[in-house]
Amino acid sequence: MNFNAVWTIYVFEMRRFFRTITQSLISPVLSTSLYFVVFGAAIGSRIQEVEGVSYGAFIVPGLIMLSVMTQATSNASFGIYFPKFIGTIYELLSAPISFLEVVAGYVGAAATKALFIGVIILITAFFFVDIEIKHPVAMVLFLVLTCVSFSLLGFIIGIWADNFEKLQLIPLLVITPLVFLGGSFYSITMLPPVWQTITLFNPVVYLISGFRWSFFGEADVAIGVSLFAIALFTGICLAIIWWIFRTGWRIRQ
Amino acid sequence: MSAIVSVKNLRKAYAGGFEALKSVNLDIEEGEILALLGPNGAGKTTLISTVCGITVPTSGTITVGGHDTQTDFRAARSLIGLVPQEINLEPFETVMNSVSFSRGLFGKPRNDAYIEDVLRQLSLHDKKDDKIMTLSGGMKRRVLIAKALSHEPRVLFLDEPTAGVDVELRKDMWEVVAGLKASGVTIILTTHYIEEAEAIADRVGVINKGEILLIQDKADLMAQMGQKQLKIELAEATSAIPAELSRYELWRADDGLSLTYSYDTKGERTGITTLLNDLQKAGLQMKDIQTQQSSLEDIFVGLVKEPAQ
Repeated sequence: MNFNAVWTIYVFEMRRFFRTITQSLISPVLSTSLYFVVFGAAIGSRIQEVEGVSYGAFIVPGLIMLSVMTQATSNASFGIYFPKFIGTIYELLSAPISFLEVVAGYVGAAATKALFIGVIILITAFFFVDIEIKHPVAMVLFLVLTCVSFSLLGFIIGIWADNFEKLQLIPLLVITPLVFLGGSFYSITMLPPVWQTITLFNPVVYLISGFRWSFFGEADVAIGVSLFAIALFTGICLAIIWWIFRTGWRIRQ
Repeated sequence: MSAIVSVKNLRKAYAGGFEALKSVNLDIEEGEILALLGPNGAGKTTLISTVCGITVPTSGTITVGGHDTQTDFRAARSLIGLVPQEINLEPFETVMNSVSFSRGLFGKPRNDAYIEDVLRQLSLHDKKDDKIMTLSGGMKRRVLIAKALSHEPRVLFLDEPTAGVDVELRKDMWEVVAGLKASGVTIILTTHYIEEAEAIADRVGVINKGEILLIQDKADLMAQMGQKQLKIELAEATSAIPAELSRYELWRADDGLSLTYSYDTKGERTGITTLLNDLQKAGLQMKDIQTQQSSLEDIFVGLVKEPAQ
């Protein structure tokens, strides 16, 4: 195991994050604040409590998940796509490192960035609403697992993409709709029965529900099912990465 | 000397069926500079990419320092530095960070003193904190070399280091290469400039259409190039070489209108004066005299040109 290489990639990627710290942090904080103003204050004042929680507080876990999922995916996909695009990937391919070490470096950095943003949004939320975290350990576990699994997904997208449009395609067309329809801003119990059933096919539902449970102790689906869903998702991503590693798909001819 | 890089029966076919390398065999001696000459698309870059691990061989084996590049890739790749043909650099990073990154990828602990030495050697030290995007093309190429040297490799591959580089910088690059050789690094460079191979290589290989056509000591090649031909055109055709001239190695053209004499320019006596005297004595009238010299270019063109249709 070439730990030096993993650490080198990690630090190099984190440096990019800190170099663009303004874009990296200000934009998620700003957009979260806007969500609080629009959904929490303007619309939320007309909505009664959801599952015994004020609407402003209710949307906090969903908002964090929304940002963490999109940030993890876009950071990881860009992280590995950029060397492919500018050609510096030759260095990764000719260095004495295995593909899994490359994954560890890039995914580790992307997950860290997403975690960072998740925490910043949580802190921002404290300024707008009163929140109490009932299960802090579970909250951290869900947050970290989401960061890692969506960074893995982003890495796969970055390997797959051969132009900038494809890089945006999955986050825009798949992840954002799934997150919005996954109960970020509402409880799925508020939906008509048919839609409740359809929603259960959306994997993001399980993540948001589990994450919300760690805050309020209330969940749309059982907490065990949520944990299983995120473990399954991580497992699928790891399996795809293993396959890429075996075949050299889109990286090594 | 022993082979530090050994390529055996290496074949590379791409998914489309294109065969970029056809059973290449090549031994590279430790400490030498080998120049691989070939036209565009000859397979030079594929050969380098396969040795360095960027491309997977279809069949055949490659060892570097005795380590197989497939089964023992970590040990093999640790010995290799690669300077790619294209200028592939992260534009927003500083020179120092970019070069340190390369060292880290090879598993070596950070060593700023060593990196600064490399930068000094390449006249890049005063640019170490500059962003790469602010550097000139020649400077960027030096950064690529610095990155390749960052992990103290024993073998350095330079893929067309002077393509599109002005004459001044090309000479500088040759000096850099000579300096690296002096420090004990084995160097393999590809080029399509013949004078580059002449100027710096110990051995010259010619590659075309995925095959190595020739690999020879430059000194031997130069000796071949030392041969000159003297072509004597005659006023009247001669049916045979006169007996007076039998001691010369002469070749008579089929029409009998010219005689060709080969001689070594590096020899003490070329024998031209006595030949010309003897020609007169034999009663042959000369119409014109021409001399021709074979160059590395002739050898190269002769090897790679398309067979006549």
